[in-house]
Amino acid sequence: MARILMKGNEAIAEAAIRAGATNYFCYPITPQSEVAEYLVKRMPEVGGVFLQAESEIAVANMILGASCTGKRVFTSSSSPGISLMQEGLSYMAGSQLPCVVLNIVRGGPGLGGILPAQSDYFQAVKGGGHGDYRLLVLAPSTIQEAVDLTMLAFHLADKYRNPVMILGDGMIGQMMEPVEFPDSYSEPELPPKDWAATGASDRDPLIIRSLFLDPTTLEENSIILHKKYEQAKKEEIRFENYKVKPSNKVLIVSYGTMARICQTVIDDLEPEGYSVGLFRPISLFPYPEVALRKEATRKNIESVLVVEMSMGQMVEDVEKAVAGARPVNFFGRTGGIVPTPEEVKDQIKKLIKKKSRRGRPAKKRK
Amino acid sequence: MAQYEVTWAGFGGQGIMVAGQLLAYTGIEEGKQVVWIPSYGPEMRGGTAYCTVVVSDSRIGSPIINNPRAACVFNRPSFDKFGPKVRPGGLLLVNSSLITATTDRTDITQILLPANRIAIDAGSPKVTNIVMLGAFVGATGIVSYNHLKETLKVKLGKKKGLLEVNLKVLEEGYNRGKAESKGKLRA
Amino acid sequence: MVAETLDELNLRERTCGIAPVGCSVLAYNYFNCDFLEAPHGRAPALATGFKRVRPDMIVFTYQGDGDLASIGMAEIVHSANRGEKFTTIFVNNAIYGMTGGQMAPTTLEGQITTTSPIGRNVQQTGQPVRVAELLSTLNTPAYIERVAVHTPQNIIGAKRAIRKAFAYQAAGTCFSLIEVLSTCPTNWGLTPDEATAWLQEKMTPYFPLGCFKSPESDEDSDGPV
Repeated sequence: MARILMKGNEAIAEAAIRAGATNYFCYPITPQSEVAEYLVKRMPEVGGVFLQAESEIAVANMILGASCTGKRVFTSSSSPGISLMQEGLSYMAGSQLPCVVLNIVRGGPGLGGILPAQSDYFQAVKGGGHGDYRLLVLAPSTIQEAVDLTMLAFHLADKYRNPVMILGDGMIGQMMEPVEFPDSYSEPELPPKDWAATGASDRDPLIIRSLFLDPTTLEENSIILHKKYEQAKKEEIRFENYKVKPSNKVLIVSYGTMARICQTVIDDLEPEGYSVGLFRPISLFPYPEVALRKEATRKNIESVLVVEMSMGQMVEDVEKAVAGARPVNFFGRTGGIVPTPEEVKDQIKKLIKKKSRRGRPAKKRK
Repeated sequence: MAQYEVTWAGFGGQGIMVAGQLLAYTGIEEGKQVVWIPSYGPEMRGGTAYCTVVVSDSRIGSPIINNPRAACVFNRPSFDKFGPKVRPGGLLLVNSSLITATTDRTDITQILLPANRIAIDAGSPKVTNIVMLGAFVGATGIVSYNHLKETLKVKLGKKKGLLEVNLKVLEEGYNRGKAESKGKLRA
Repeated sequence: MVAETLDELNLRERTCGIAPVGCSVLAYNYFNCDFLEAPHGRAPALATGFKRVRPDMIVFTYQGDGDLASIGMAEIVHSANRGEKFTTIFVNNAIYGMTGGQMAPTTLEGQITTTSPIGRNVQQTGQPVRVAELLSTLNTPAYIERVAVHTPQNIIGAKRAIRKAFAYQAAGTCFSLIEVLSTCPTNWGLTPDEATAWLQEKMTPYFPLGCFKSPESDEDSDGPV
């Protein structure tokens, strides 16, 4: 199919439809309202459900109810709205219900701003709501990747019977890039949805719930969830290396659109003689811990630099992966300010200078 | 041409976003990588609205461009904001119908174009952005004129009458841009 | 009575109930149809999501006064206003039962609860909320009736209303809500007999029984008939 120019929010919305998610519930919030504006026109064409709810609390519970039918459901929001959805997401994880949630992250905390940020990392990858559960989290860095990951997200949601989050930032939502949709959508076969509430006509009644007052049963449920997350750690690790090679002295770790800015940094520094590589996690949960450790502990790597649009959140997962084998440094801007390539370049030059200075004999320093 | 970045800036209603998108569409038709990124939010109300288009032969890294190779400015606030940001050796295309100021910079090429006047003379003030688009492509040649014309026919072809005006001013803009730049900006 | 109705109307096999948080949190143990369990107050949102995707199924929520009239007020008002075609059974016993007898939005003036130990002070906590009346002010067509279950005669009336509500849903007509005044002897600190009398003497004057709104006639929305 031909490449077409689409805004991120619209491309993701179209991808959801292509993946068979014809049930969408929403509440308006900048910078992702184009998703709703696109789907309100598109849903009737495919006979789907579009509903604007009274709040994000209601949205999360509508997708909870809708997901119980066994049909694919989708919602989108931005940071403050995602906070309101945590109740429903916790219930869905506890009840083992699939759904896909798009979070076009804006600066926080509180009402914050509306410009791009990555400050919802903790909320996204550590559970977000109450209880022992995780969301599977995917972070695209281009619009094409956002399309591909959105389609994958619906498959993973069904495969693991768990909510999956697409974590983008304002840039992913607002910018336009060429995208290609596959001519036909196909995915590996999934088990039948015998857990869905379809009416007790030819089977015993079923109950979809996360309430287990008996502690043994509740523990059993948490163990089932845990096993699914362990399986995801084996099967759903996704990342990309950019110019990672033996000569690298610094390894940048960055995700989403921030990683693209780091690519520019690496390209610009190359002719100046700095050898820098980029490790870009695509699945933020499960986190590509083992792969990162391998790249970060290559012989010539002197230090690791984590770059985020936050005050430092993913850096904790990088520290865990590197486990003290190399120094882990952090650079970030937040509140909607996007680090410029120049700022990141300065950080790298400082790191490399610091390192080489230390190696010089003392007398030459005077 | 490895990568070319251009910022389009003016106030809402001047067709800034559309001009950028038409350029991006044309880039796609030529098999290039493109990114179109708008300003959004409170900045959109009053002051300046702007978007940046990146056209490249290879994978595009940062979509955020602080110092583009060109800026096409439609009003005074945009001139003030983006004039100083153009990279040395780059182009500042100024809508001189609304901007009386000129830049003191000697390290960039400045083209003054009475875009509103040209548009009105051709029959519609709405096509100011197309005058500027034509001039930009004329001056830089980052996409071919014929492909750009095709894009206009596809994207703006619904209103037949207006399309003719659009094509007319595109050509006039193109010729003026080409003549003013004297070929030195060609990528 | 709900289960009975579902069988009588031959709807059970295509019904999905939604349990709230409150006294009826375990409602699914007493029904022979599919059931979902909702977060506190959100049953109408689940019902909306489910019914929109499966309009061919019968969906009902079973909610108490804390669940529906306090934490879930937004969800029920907006579901009713959108005219979602499910049925809500709203059990009003003027108290939080499951958590042990705290003040509810429907607790009567002067009524003693664990969080209003000297009686509800309406100066500070507002007047008891009349849900049936409140929802009847919405312009969207609906069937809304208040019934009670403290006498055999009332039980017959309640059954008739519940049956009517599910019939409206089965025909795809409108949103329906049956407010059921019910006793809570345990938390009221009364014997069952005393509780029945208390419901009649104290609750029914403030919460009058009757049909507040029906899809056939808009005039009904002015008050009980």
